[in-house]
Amino acid sequence: MAKEPKPQEIISQINYNPPQKSWMDIPVEMKEGMFCYGAKEKSLQTLDFPNVRSWSVLEEDWKLPEKWDKIVLEGIAERLKKYRSFKIFMDICVRCGACADKCHFFLGSGDPKNMPVLRAELLRSIYRKNFTAAGKILGKLAGARKLTLNVLKEWWYYFYQCSECRRCSVFCPYGIDTAEITIIARELLNLLGLNIEWIAGPAANCYLKGNHLGLEPHTIKNSIDFLVDEIEEKTGVRVSPTFNRKGAEILFVTPSGDLFADPGTYTCMGYLMLFHELGLDYTWSTYASEGGNFGFFTSMELAKRLNTKIYAEAKRLGVKWILGGECGHMWRVINQYMDTFNGPADFLEVPTSPITGTKFENAKSTKMTHISEFTADLIKHKKLNLDPRRNDHLKVTFHDSCNVARGMGMFEEPRYVIKNVCNHFYEMPENTIREKTFCCGSGSGLNASENMEMRLRGGLPRANAVKYVQEQYGVNMLACICAIDRAALPPLMNYWVPGVDVTGVTELVANALVMKGEKKRTTNLRGEDLSVEEKADV
Amino acid sequence: MAGFELKGKFYETDEEGYLQNLDDWNEEVALYIAKTEDIEMDEKRWEVVNFLKSYYKEYQIAPMIKVLIKEMAKMFGHEKGNNKYLYDLFPAGPAKQACKIAGLPKPTGCV
Repeated sequence: MAKEPKPQEIISQINYNPPQKSWMDIPVEMKEGMFCYGAKEKSLQTLDFPNVRSWSVLEEDWKLPEKWDKIVLEGIAERLKKYRSFKIFMDICVRCGACADKCHFFLGSGDPKNMPVLRAELLRSIYRKNFTAAGKILGKLAGARKLTLNVLKEWWYYFYQCSECRRCSVFCPYGIDTAEITIIARELLNLLGLNIEWIAGPAANCYLKGNHLGLEPHTIKNSIDFLVDEIEEKTGVRVSPTFNRKGAEILFVTPSGDLFADPGTYTCMGYLMLFHELGLDYTWSTYASEGGNFGFFTSMELAKRLNTKIYAEAKRLGVKWILGGECGHMWRVINQYMDTFNGPADFLEVPTSPITGTKFENAKSTKMTHISEFTADLIKHKKLNLDPRRNDHLKVTFHDSCNVARGMGMFEEPRYVIKNVCNHFYEMPENTIREKTFCCGSGSGLNASENMEMRLRGGLPRANAVKYVQEQYGVNMLACICAIDRAALPPLMNYWVPGVDVTGVTELVANALVMKGEKKRTTNLRGEDLSVEEKADV
Repeated sequence: MAGFELKGKFYETDEEGYLQNLDDWNEEVALYIAKTEDIEMDEKRWEVVNFLKSYYKEYQIAPMIKVLIKEMAKMFGHEKGNNKYLYDLFPAGPAKQACKIAGLPKPTGCV
């Protein structure tokens, strides 16, 4: 693996001046630390994807099928017919450049092919050459070029350097959804078996076993039992979750990362505590055991396949509605695609909080409600006994997860929850939050360790905004509502902003939650001593 | 194909040196991988590696760090059941080093 550069080296190397040569004349160079390894044979096979074989990105021969260029061009033609949006996005861009400096990967690398406009141009140039009269006749003059092996490798490198976060789209005067261009480009690459293992592996696990980590049913049960013991140690309260229980009112679905890796496990303990305290009639599933959908980072067809699982399980168990945990892209899939994929889920009921009676009309069609909306509603109706002083040692800021913010439009609920469970909350600068939030640098399945330099570069704008609130207000905790964030932000903070830790919002809730029958809490869920104020009788 | 040769046999690994087939694992292989990681295997490190192997056998994945640390407290005494001691044993991290030496695949997804 490539040696990790020092922060100062990265900063000093970023050069925003465009090169002298035309971008078409600069061949792609695969830089170690800036890409993820290729999909393994086993993963492609499990997913029943084309061109199953063992291959390596660094080898010259990618073992492509014969007439691979024909496959790609036919793939483009098919998608132009299928998705009107794709054709419009190919035709409409005037190259005004409004998006150019909005991409975190461009800001962190200075590589012009990370400008969203140019990233899209990598595909547009091939579209023009093969599907427009001007491109066919005028060629390069009309921004057209021939599909070559070098172009294909360039696609692979740069479309797996886009995290589909859609920040650029917010600034596009035409509303071009650049993430959809990346999605289509990745679909085309997948026609040739050109995925990355960090996506194909989890997707294969999910298809086979129900979750990205590949946790078996007894492993899920064992992991949650372990967290139940941890909760009892910290709070004196024994919670008793159920699994695959037919007739439960609610099915709860969250990313499997929450059952495995810190700090997600604390968020998971938070879910367990909150639902216990409410006496919620809910069940976990060991079949629909993944909120995330790495299929979405591969192709629409695979996204649909993986999404189906959640609804099939809801039907099998006979629940009324689905409650979703702190996941990022799951919410873009649910909010923007699920209804077309598998909806409307009319066999379920419109989610209604059994505690407050609130009907979540916004989830009328998908029947799936976000944990932050659910919790905010509980707080608004004063249904939780909260002692925010238990979080007084924290100065918290909130990172809007791209897909929840821009894919769902949810900004207020998590903030409302945090402000009710923490006394010290500070916003990062306006142009780095809400719909303009900066990506963690690792979204859309790019959080592989071999891709670390690119992740650190892409995460620089986010880290820079955290650094600002650290310097201004002494912020020491970055809250988020996405499992990729919880995995990606700790190394990012460690690298750029040491002293800032990462938490899920529900972990903050659970620490402030005064539970019936609890013992005096001396530590938070992480086992850290609580502040002095808390130890004195409240 | 990535891998290494040991006593005339080829062992396939992924790009980062993780064994591709758990069945290929034996103590010699473990020692070889440990060496590439600059780890000197001693009794305590073997105990950790053996625990990882038996956990994997039952659950098909590496344990949560919390689980491993709790187990270490049982094996080595309470004062050694913490993250710091785990990193003393495996400075580049339990996932990167202990799991690799135990022949376990790297967990993937939102981790």
